[in-house]
Amino acid sequence: MFNLPLILKLFRRTAGINRKRMVMTVAAIAWGTLSIVLLLSFGEGLKRNLTKGSRGLGEGIIVVWPGATSKAFGGFPQGRNLRFLPEDADLLEANIPEIALTSAEMRKWGNTVTYGRNTLTKPVVGVEPAYGELRNQIAQAGGRFLNDKDEELKRRVAFLGNDLKKELFADKDAIGETIYINQVPFTVIGVMEKKLQMGTYGGPDANNAVVPLSTFRALFGRRYVSNLVVRATSPEVNAAVKKRLYEILGAKYRFDPSDERALSMWDTVESQKVTRNIGVGIEIFLGIVGALTLLIGGIGVANIMYAVVKHRTKEIGVQMALGARRSYVIGPLVVESLSLTAMGGIIGIVVGVGLVQILAFAQSKANSDALAFLGAPTFSLGVAFTTVALLGSIGFLAGFFPSRRAVNIQPAVALRYE
Amino acid sequence: MNLFVGKNHQKIASMDSRPAIIEMRDLRKVYDTGAVKVEALKGIDLKVEPGEFVAIVGPSGSGKSTLLNIVGCLDTPSSGSYRLDGEEVAELDVDELADIRNRKVGFVFQSFNLLPQITAYENVELPLLFHGTHSRERKARVELLFEQVGLADRMHHRPTELSGGQMQRVAIARALACEPALVLADEPTGNLDSTSGKDIMALFEDLSAKGHTLVLITHDGAVAKRTKRIVQFQDGRIVEDRPTIVAA
Repeated sequence: MFNLPLILKLFRRTAGINRKRMVMTVAAIAWGTLSIVLLLSFGEGLKRNLTKGSRGLGEGIIVVWPGATSKAFGGFPQGRNLRFLPEDADLLEANIPEIALTSAEMRKWGNTVTYGRNTLTKPVVGVEPAYGELRNQIAQAGGRFLNDKDEELKRRVAFLGNDLKKELFADKDAIGETIYINQVPFTVIGVMEKKLQMGTYGGPDANNAVVPLSTFRALFGRRYVSNLVVRATSPEVNAAVKKRLYEILGAKYRFDPSDERALSMWDTVESQKVTRNIGVGIEIFLGIVGALTLLIGGIGVANIMYAVVKHRTKEIGVQMALGARRSYVIGPLVVESLSLTAMGGIIGIVVGVGLVQILAFAQSKANSDALAFLGAPTFSLGVAFTTVALLGSIGFLAGFFPSRRAVNIQPAVALRYE
Repeated sequence: MNLFVGKNHQKIASMDSRPAIIEMRDLRKVYDTGAVKVEALKGIDLKVEPGEFVAIVGPSGSGKSTLLNIVGCLDTPSSGSYRLDGEEVAELDVDELADIRNRKVGFVFQSFNLLPQITAYENVELPLLFHGTHSRERKARVELLFEQVGLADRMHHRPTELSGGQMQRVAIARALACEPALVLADEPTGNLDSTSGKDIMALFEDLSAKGHTLVLITHDGAVAKRTKRIVQFQDGRIVEDRPTIVAA
């Protein structure tokens, strides 16, 4: 019934469109394809950037701040402020097997940080060694993050955010240099690798000086932590871990585990989900805009195919008289429409991919925050697949409906058509 | 192998029970244009036996063309029965009708109706493609057909490079491609000058002599006279059906 080789043979023999019309149609499809490729590529770039940025804070982590109780519990009234100790991080790790890493975090604002004659006012953070991995603070080549020995020996060592390093040292190598934090000398052991960070609490990481928690406590005489950072063994157990956090800390500090306001938490798995959904939403929106543009090109093809069918009515009648089945009439017309679409599509994709490369290159060179946030347009496999699928279905439909009209013509009528 | 005596006709000698090529009983065709119903054929009984050479004549509007469309399975009757080479065609669907046209009917049109963008060879090959004939067999068949109509040297020309008479010869070759039971010609000489017209009629006489069943639709008396039987149409009815009187 469906004889593809014959249909292709018939297509080669019967196809042929006025050149000017063909150029116009192919150009319309190429334009539509180009716009969908560009829009989807920008959408993809933005989505990737959003995802990357949301990972900048740390992947799959829960940041826990002490809150104030909102329920009376165990003889205590409501409205009691809670404060956590550094040991609470170990308590959690010991009691919740689903927790993989923890770190306590202390933060102090308005410290003087001096190198040579250069003095700045910057936040200083005291943390445990796991913090680097938790919060995605990776040392640039030649340096390292804080380690267990630093913590144990209360070493006066500092890990600098990349922006802070730049302000202090400009282009000079900072590793091994001595800086003064509130007039106390510290040795720089590492500088943070530049990262895209979209979520922060207490300022971007690039701006901080990070020191061992033990050193921080000795230096500032602090007892209570600002917050705890934990990471579960896998993001799926985050909900269970959060429940357990209320239970363990509730038992120690005597608050009702169902008292939501006793702790405040930032679950980056959840916020990443939101970010991803925003990215997908933007992509869908851009895709629809592109698809509509392409559809206009498709209508152009359908229009041409209607004209072709009208123009060839008599020939179609002759073929029917000679015994052409319906598929022998529809098939070559659909192939014709598909090949017009394919021609335009290939031109559009080639030009589109070229433009995407140029724009991505320009974006990487341009020193603009807005462009950096937009991300480099990316022609991904998904973009390619969406474009080809759209082109294919538009080409098919633009050939199918006009040719259906052709086979519904009575051959006797078609033969008389002039 | 004599090309013009197809396998259908070889059976005649051996089998007397061979069905009629055309057998119509009380055939009617009504065109419903919404407001008015036009009865184009008002009860036709017609039988054409294998090997006959028939002219259907009549003034325009007498129902000739409607009859031609139904005989050629391009259209279906409103009522009555029509058997083509023993097969009832009234209840066939679109694709089955296409197959029947392909296998059993060879069309020759007044305006030749060759596809202009392909060569004469490819035009003749077309019904064989629809038929599903194997490519080697197809080539042999098309070349033989061109030899028979005397156009072997013009096979690879486009129709626009041929004269009217030559185009009609190509059309006849195309009509014979699938060894049809019936060759149906609609005013085959209508667009030709008198010399070419006579050549084409000579070719038809030759085909008839070789056993083909031919039905011609014409309003040209001179053409009709060269057939063996004349069926006269008037107002959707057959008013006369007689053997052609050969002028002494």
